[in-house]
Amino acid sequence: MYSEILLIGAGVTGCALARVLSRYDVQVTVIDRGADVAEGASKANSGIVHAGFDAHPGTMKAKLNVEGATMYPALCQELGVPYGQPGALVIGFTEDDRKTIENLVQQGIDNGVPGVRLIERDEILAMEPNTNPEVLCALYAPTSGLTSPYELTFALADHAALNGVTFRMNEEVTKVWQGEDGLWHVQATSGEFTCKVVINCAGVGSATIHNMMSDDKREIINRRGQYYLMDRVTPLPFTMTMFQCPTKMGKGVLVSPTVHGNILLGPSAEDIPDGLDVSTTADGLQFVLEKSKLTWPAASPRGTITNFSGIRAHEAKGDFIIGAVSGRTNAYETVGIESPGLSSAPAIAEMLGKQIAEEQGLAKKTDYKPAKPLPKPFHAMNNEERAAAVAADPLYGKLVCRCEVVTEAEIRAAIRRPVGATTIDGVKRRTRAGMGRCQGGFCSPRVAEIIAEELGIPMTEVTKCGGASRLLTGTIQDAMKEGCCHE
Amino acid sequence: MSNPIMNVDVLVVGAGPAGLAAAIAAKEDGIDNLMVIEREHNPGGILRQCIHNGFGLHRFKEELTGPEYAQRDIDKARELGIYIQCDTTVLSVDADHTVTCVSSEHGLQVIKAKAIILAMGCRERPRGALATPGTRCAGIYSAGTAQKFVNLEGYMPGKRVVILGSGDIGLIMARRMTLQGAKVLACVELMPYSSGLNRNIVQCLNDYDIPLYLSHTVIDIQGKERLSGVTVAKVDENRQPIPGTEIHFDCDTLLLSVGLIPENELSQGAGVKLSPLTSGAEVDDVLQTSVPGIFACGNVLHVHDLVDHVSNESFKAGHAAAAYARGQIDESETIAVKDGNGVRGTVPQRIRKGVKESVDLMFRPSGVFRKATCIVKCGDKEIARKKAPIFTPGEMAVVTLKPEIVAELNSTVTVEIERGE
Repeated sequence: MYSEILLIGAGVTGCALARVLSRYDVQVTVIDRGADVAEGASKANSGIVHAGFDAHPGTMKAKLNVEGATMYPALCQELGVPYGQPGALVIGFTEDDRKTIENLVQQGIDNGVPGVRLIERDEILAMEPNTNPEVLCALYAPTSGLTSPYELTFALADHAALNGVTFRMNEEVTKVWQGEDGLWHVQATSGEFTCKVVINCAGVGSATIHNMMSDDKREIINRRGQYYLMDRVTPLPFTMTMFQCPTKMGKGVLVSPTVHGNILLGPSAEDIPDGLDVSTTADGLQFVLEKSKLTWPAASPRGTITNFSGIRAHEAKGDFIIGAVSGRTNAYETVGIESPGLSSAPAIAEMLGKQIAEEQGLAKKTDYKPAKPLPKPFHAMNNEERAAAVAADPLYGKLVCRCEVVTEAEIRAAIRRPVGATTIDGVKRRTRAGMGRCQGGFCSPRVAEIIAEELGIPMTEVTKCGGASRLLTGTIQDAMKEGCCHE
Repeated sequence: MSNPIMNVDVLVVGAGPAGLAAAIAAKEDGIDNLMVIEREHNPGGILRQCIHNGFGLHRFKEELTGPEYAQRDIDKARELGIYIQCDTTVLSVDADHTVTCVSSEHGLQVIKAKAIILAMGCRERPRGALATPGTRCAGIYSAGTAQKFVNLEGYMPGKRVVILGSGDIGLIMARRMTLQGAKVLACVELMPYSSGLNRNIVQCLNDYDIPLYLSHTVIDIQGKERLSGVTVAKVDENRQPIPGTEIHFDCDTLLLSVGLIPENELSQGAGVKLSPLTSGAEVDDVLQTSVPGIFACGNVLHVHDLVDHVSNESFKAGHAAAAYARGQIDESETIAVKDGNGVRGTVPQRIRKGVKESVDLMFRPSGVFRKATCIVKCGDKEIARKKAPIFTPGEMAVVTLKPEIVAELNSTVTVEIERGE
């Protein structure tokens, strides 16, 4: 299959870049090994739009974080993605911490972060009364934001697809080479792709892909972060994102509301050999809980609705690598996109998209379509809006997920989106059906039926997250025919 | 666009066994302007998927399947002309008795009720609530979800099964999966005793040679896409895994039967005060919650072992709601009921002063007590006692206070278990 541009990796960076490229008159195909977009780090991170005080001035991380964070409010508005700006504190307990925080405040000022300042204990406790009373001082960053990282990625992908970008899932890349004619060849699961321009946005796989393309080798350290997610409660124990002082492994364990009103604890930071190993461990979860207690002494596993982990793609030198692949033509990459990768993604996409357009001589499309923001979710509607929604489409009257108040109309719409859900997890992340306190216990059979109907596949082919993750092993008639598997 | 506000005398949320019994009682007391709202397509609640028998021994003196038990109440409700609106989800219940619900057929409806009966049942604790580490692969189900797939949809969720938790649904599913051709490798229980009924241990595990591992838990879950195995370990007195006791099972399915939680999100929206012990509403002797005119019964109030008890409790709530709708229940002073030694989550939590009716005190023993006695005191004075060969958390205990005793109550009532031997 030929495409003028082939982009490897459908995470938030890849989808943001595909959307920028979709403004130009060029054929773009995005491939990913996952069954859905946002299957890597983009689905499992803190969801924080960092204000930009963490990164050292002069780094790519500092520049792109501040630029990206500034773009967020308008971008989320345009795409209809949840976004909030509750602010953040970085709290300290010792005089050493105070020095770290003073440095962070200065760094924030140097990076151009608006409103960042040092505050003392009384002000902290007035803002966040559930903070450990032993707190001494904190950095206050009023512009720290929250989003839903996977919902943003879906919306970016949809907008790109609306403007002609093709998405091909379940394509694991095994070989990349440049032919004598200068064209790039990419061997993937379903066969060989050829393209004029190849772009590597492969997250934890970005060094592997880079090393297939270049002799100048790079290394990604797979840094796993484990999290606890707590049920929604009113009132929330914290309204802001509560960081602890950073360590050399990262920003440390945070306690933060999510944009949907849950509380998130985490992440841990462990370097592991397998970039796809997103299991959680007893030690990792214990670490997260213990560290969280320093911020929030009342933290407890009671009220937990799930735990999960994500892998940050940590590049050995510590900064983002963005641009043309050195020593090669028509090849570009984003490597080492770890935190603040989500915050930076919109700015990374604009910067690299502009570079590619200039170098490849791309012309702007004349028929570029604006994004179609998603309709307001049923759970967020008032009575009048709900009545109108059901009158317009009776499937709004069929509640499928009782915990998160998601209707059949919304589930079908999620499957019919330009880059639609094909799995239980895909429906869950697009609609929140199954995200609540029962974790899909009640709604997953119905969601599976709707997926089977919409995709025209048997129930037994419906998967949780693609591949062999089928929910069911057969019908009961099959089970009887096969006979017992008793030893 | 919106429907006009409807007015009813008694509104019942849920048409499972609790809601049906409550509605029947209210109707029999002469409440005609009565409405039952059910989110599923058919009434009957979770009994619809409980196709095994053993229901109704107390109430009907015969062994029925779940659907048969439910059908008796559905038939009775039909005969009485009770209006059950199915395919309708209640979105909110307010303290002022406004109920908002939605359905495809009727759109958004706002209903004002003189009295409301909460009968939403319970949900299963999911894996996340256990904080079990491992992967998040396919093949992990709560036992009730698996039961729905097998009994209502006709699909098998797996072939080689480990069950975590020995709650009744888990035990029932151990047998059900075995009968359907699956291999159930083990039932693993964290506590040193099962939380299920003894008859289910015998009939669902022992009869099929399924080993029950007490004081064990699942410490790791493996499998990238579909479950490939679990690791089980013995736990110490503090329920912490003991290194070196790990047992590995190759399996494609893990069923969880690790507790039921009354589903009280609507109740909380109405400002109903909940008990941290039962996770259900705090109620008085006629099952009235902290919000006047809102009653609760069945598994939304506290999780029962037997549907017969759910029905009996719900008749009481139905009669009381009918009386409230007619203005026959006044606010009155109440006597508190407290848990003493060995007792957790006694319902009701308070008894109105001066009523002359018998009251069932229901609770869960906090541990296993053999040849023990349950003693009920009013202040320091003993007012009731009940001996039993065994009190165990898996079986709800009931002590009945006689009407003449209830009439005389004048200070806090305490329920406790005195150890035997």
